[in-house]
Amino acid sequence: MKRLLIANRGEIAVRIARTAREMGIETLVVASEPDADSLAARSADHVVVVGPAPAPASYLNQDAIIAAALDNGCDAVHPGYGFLSENAEFARKVVEAGLTWVGPDAGAIEMMGNKSMARDSARKAGVPVLRGSDGPLDPEADALALARDIGYPLVVKASAGGGGRGIRFVHDEGELLATIEMARGEAASVFGDPTVYLERFVKHARHVEVQVLGDGKNFIHLGDRDCSMQRRSQKVIEEAPAPDLPDAVRQTIRESSVELARECGYSGAGTVEFLYDPANHEAAFIEMNTRIQVEHPVTEVVTGVDLVREQLLIASTGSMSVRQEDIEFNGHAIECRINAEDPHNNFFPSPGVISVLEWFEGDGVRIDAGVEAGSTVSPYYDSMLAKLIVHKDTREAAIEGALEALYGTRIEGVKTTIPVLKKLLDRLEFSAVKHHSKFIETVDNLMEPK
Amino acid sequence: MANIVSPLPGIFYRKPGPGKPPFANEGDTIEVGQTVGIVEIMKQFTEIQSDVAGVLESFAVNEGDMVNPGDTIIVVREG
Repeated sequence: MKRLLIANRGEIAVRIARTAREMGIETLVVASEPDADSLAARSADHVVVVGPAPAPASYLNQDAIIAAALDNGCDAVHPGYGFLSENAEFARKVVEAGLTWVGPDAGAIEMMGNKSMARDSARKAGVPVLRGSDGPLDPEADALALARDIGYPLVVKASAGGGGRGIRFVHDEGELLATIEMARGEAASVFGDPTVYLERFVKHARHVEVQVLGDGKNFIHLGDRDCSMQRRSQKVIEEAPAPDLPDAVRQTIRESSVELARECGYSGAGTVEFLYDPANHEAAFIEMNTRIQVEHPVTEVVTGVDLVREQLLIASTGSMSVRQEDIEFNGHAIECRINAEDPHNNFFPSPGVISVLEWFEGDGVRIDAGVEAGSTVSPYYDSMLAKLIVHKDTREAAIEGALEALYGTRIEGVKTTIPVLKKLLDRLEFSAVKHHSKFIETVDNLMEPK
Repeated sequence: MANIVSPLPGIFYRKPGPGKPPFANEGDTIEVGQTVGIVEIMKQFTEIQSDVAGVLESFAVNEGDMVNPGDTIIVVREG
């Protein structure tokens, strides 16, 4: 691998360019017109403008991105997260163009992208799954009888959904058939596939996940993370390791995630996501993401493994540099996502120009930023500006450290979520691990003074 | 004539999604509260509803154009 095309923007493009440079790989980042002079564009050795601001014309423009790679002598493509990272068609086109795809092959992306197929392979690999329809709900099946076995409340999920989209809640039997009908119609129009499946609903569930790496021959895990602090299914605070998880559960999710990677001959970095029911001490498979995750830094700082480096090694040499017995876990890490949104105004997006930006510097503090002072925060893309990662010996110290770092951070010109991150880290529910993935929605007066 | 203005900054869309019919067309009779478009900002979508009743005279912006708060989106002949 001599010259890597980075098909992304913002902090993850900056992050990938950093490791590539350390490995002596030249980088070329693609950019939309307004991003031509962004921090990401300047972090790479070369920048190629592939289209105007709207993502479908630039960051999702498959042909323009592949042409940029071929015209500029690139030999590999790293998709980052979001955009084209889990697009099997794009992965296939990259390989057909004679380029190296930094990620698992199109077949693995496709299988994990289909949520009922993914659930089925997880079950076969011994990954615990929630009671449900075990695959797509047959339109001819007796849904009422099946639902009685699963129990209420339950959820109807679109097979082609994921990331919190395409999910409908069913309280009782009276709502079931109409909801299935509606979910099928919605799935057909939104995802182009009417297939749905049924799954038990867990109240107050936490979100835990396991980082895996595979190179087609060896398959390992790099421990777990907890990402339960979410707003509308979008993660807000993440940490590693997952706190307050029984040893048996931790062992089960770690080992079965490795088995799932082995089952599909996985090649690259991946994340197996679980819902954890603290009342019953049970974890169950949600989905597997076949890309680098936003929250990968918490795993990197507690293990000392550079996940982007491993991705690039697997793609270029066919082998990762670490074995399971090399992986050690040290301390606790917390990541806060800093978004350009106004927490005092229902998280309304806040585009604009960043006039002042001062990061806190200190021991164990890492900032993965996509912006700097003077950057324009565009209305065209998602609102994440940066991630603040704090690594300390204990969870308590990491929470304290994250608060200190947030109080020492100054961003002006746009509204940010820093005030709500401070409130959340300060909640007793968070320190006692009594929060869950709907916690933020259940607190009415989060932003009011105590 | 009355103007329907955008209350927020973002990208204006006439359709609920790619390949879908527009919410409203020139010459349509529209009512108060009727959805006439969507403004997207940072992946959040806000429906634009008409605050007047009448006939849709013209669009002041094109599909995919950037709008600012207070910008006229649609001109309506009241009645």
